[in-house]
Amino acid sequence: MEEETRKAGDLWSGVVLLALGAYIVFEASRWEYLGADGPGAGFFPTWYGIAMVGLAILLIASHVRQRPSVEKRIAWPRVGRALAVWLALAASVALAKPLGFLLSFALLTFFIVAAMYRRPVKVAASVALAGAAGIYLAFPLALGVSLPVGVFGF
Amino acid sequence: MEILSGLANGFAVALDPVNLFWCFVGVFLGTVVGILPGLGPPATIAMLLPLTFHMQPAGAIIMLAGIYYGAKYGGSTTSILMNVPGESASVVTCLDGYQMARKGRAGAALGIAAIASFIAGTVGVLGLMLVAPPISRLALSFSSPEYFGLMSLGLALVVLLAGRSIVKALLAALVGLWIASVGTDLFSSTSRFTFGRLELLSGIDFIVVAIGVFALGEVLANMETQEETQLIPVPKGLRNLLPTLQDLKDCRFAFLNGSVLGFLVGALPGGGSTIASFLSYGLEKAVSRRRDQFGTGVIEGVAAPEGANNSETGGALVPLLTLGIPGSGTTAILLAALVLWGFKPGPLFIPENPALFWGLVASMYIGNVMLLILNLPLVPLFAQVLRMPAYVLYPLILGVSMIGVYSVSGSLFDLALLLVFGLLGYLMRKLDYPAAPLILGLALGAGMERALRQSLMMSEGSLAILVSRPISAAMLSLAVVVLLIPFVGRFNAWRVRAIEQE
Repeated sequence: MEEETRKAGDLWSGVVLLALGAYIVFEASRWEYLGADGPGAGFFPTWYGIAMVGLAILLIASHVRQRPSVEKRIAWPRVGRALAVWLALAASVALAKPLGFLLSFALLTFFIVAAMYRRPVKVAASVALAGAAGIYLAFPLALGVSLPVGVFGF
Repeated sequence: MEILSGLANGFAVALDPVNLFWCFVGVFLGTVVGILPGLGPPATIAMLLPLTFHMQPAGAIIMLAGIYYGAKYGGSTTSILMNVPGESASVVTCLDGYQMARKGRAGAALGIAAIASFIAGTVGVLGLMLVAPPISRLALSFSSPEYFGLMSLGLALVVLLAGRSIVKALLAALVGLWIASVGTDLFSSTSRFTFGRLELLSGIDFIVVAIGVFALGEVLANMETQEETQLIPVPKGLRNLLPTLQDLKDCRFAFLNGSVLGFLVGALPGGGSTIASFLSYGLEKAVSRRRDQFGTGVIEGVAAPEGANNSETGGALVPLLTLGIPGSGTTAILLAALVLWGFKPGPLFIPENPALFWGLVASMYIGNVMLLILNLPLVPLFAQVLRMPAYVLYPLILGVSMIGVYSVSGSLFDLALLLVFGLLGYLMRKLDYPAAPLILGLALGAGMERALRQSLMMSEGSLAILVSRPISAAMLSLAVVVLLIPFVGRFNAWRVRAIEQE
């Protein structure tokens, strides 16, 4: 299944990288390529952009050529778990300003322990509180690192 | 004589109580990180790098290097007790180490791993001490074309050995070059790829990408499952951890093999400790009288790879410190660390910063002794780290990653970028794109562009300058040859085998 995911991903990642390469070449074409003082800002990006386009086409072509007969499936439950954590992390970053870093981190920890690892709420709350306290003791207090402070003053 | 006086000065730096403390912190953290599957040295060094900004550079580099080589000691513990490598360099140790543990010889396996690591690690530092100064002097004659050739060769070697698909490895390196281009072009003050965001004018911080791709990417990949692995109990008492005299006799060649091969592979950009350990295991098996028993719990099968992956550290620091060319993701982060502290790794690094270089070398001798002590009697204690639940560990890594990024710039925008690169790191793992070429492309991108543009300014726009100077011509030709290797069937079969072992 992992192999099938990878093969399906080759096509899509190839398309994304082809678009990125084209974007790089397009952007670089607006900057000076070669001037009186030597190569301009567009010189280097033009070449690696072209290389990216070429390699992406090669990747897509090799995918199309070696198309496997089996239907490609992605292990969505596994990917879903990872993406759920990523979304929780994104929410935590978004909440860092209004709620403060410590509280948003505690909420993130609570979510991971309770929802992703299916531990009891008491355990999740304890880990979240202990984690936030540990972070506070180690970074703002001991190392003097300043973290975003929210409406509650911490 | 010069080396001896340098080393004496180095010990004066390394034995300073503060530096000694940071050395201990580094090797201790390294051992813990090595033991923990799913958290590697690049992720840890990247996470802790921002916290070193307030430290003295000597203490900081001593600590980060301690994490780097300490992790290789710790990695064997997990391989032997759980059949799960603590870090990629210890994959091959699973083959015989776990089998030894299953036969009730976990103590001897852990003991020989620590002893081999100590011997080979010390030989690796000796190699670094002897080889780095002359290479540094040789590199003083290098100019922009030679540097461009050297960086191209370094990147080509990393691409060659980084992933099964050379196309994907090259694409990853190009994405790294692109990320390095984001921001204001220092030659012409042109804003490039900034998407109209003021925050991107100064470029994307290396730390953000490194922490995102390595630390966040690893955590997200590990969050896919909740699997728990069985831990074999560690024998208590030092006596049970010491190999027998016969064991030591059996490992004579393995110590030598691991030490020499590890250093040589380490000095080669792209080689890395995983390749070193596999080559050393292969060589040991090839020359052994009991090669048919390899994989069933042969003690040389633990000593050779464990020695090689520790000796590799000394070798890997040679191109980093003398040429400014990192050969792996971890050394790329160490390069970024040195640059952020205001140093310029390259031919002038040793002459201009003798205390830092020799202090680092001396600290590695001391660190290896610390690690031997930590990893023999205290290994049962360290093994308890493996009992830490994943639901405690992973949120902590996420928290430290976010703090690491935020502490550099104090910008929430960088935290948003961290999310982007974390997702990128996860997708790269899923889709089999190697991370090392991306990080190396990012680390070398600005330098490569500068060297290329300066070369073309010297030649008034003629690319012939790159091939008319013997050293740059040789380096670029080698880079081309290296990139053509995958198209030669026999060589490619060897390359893919070496990578698949990882």
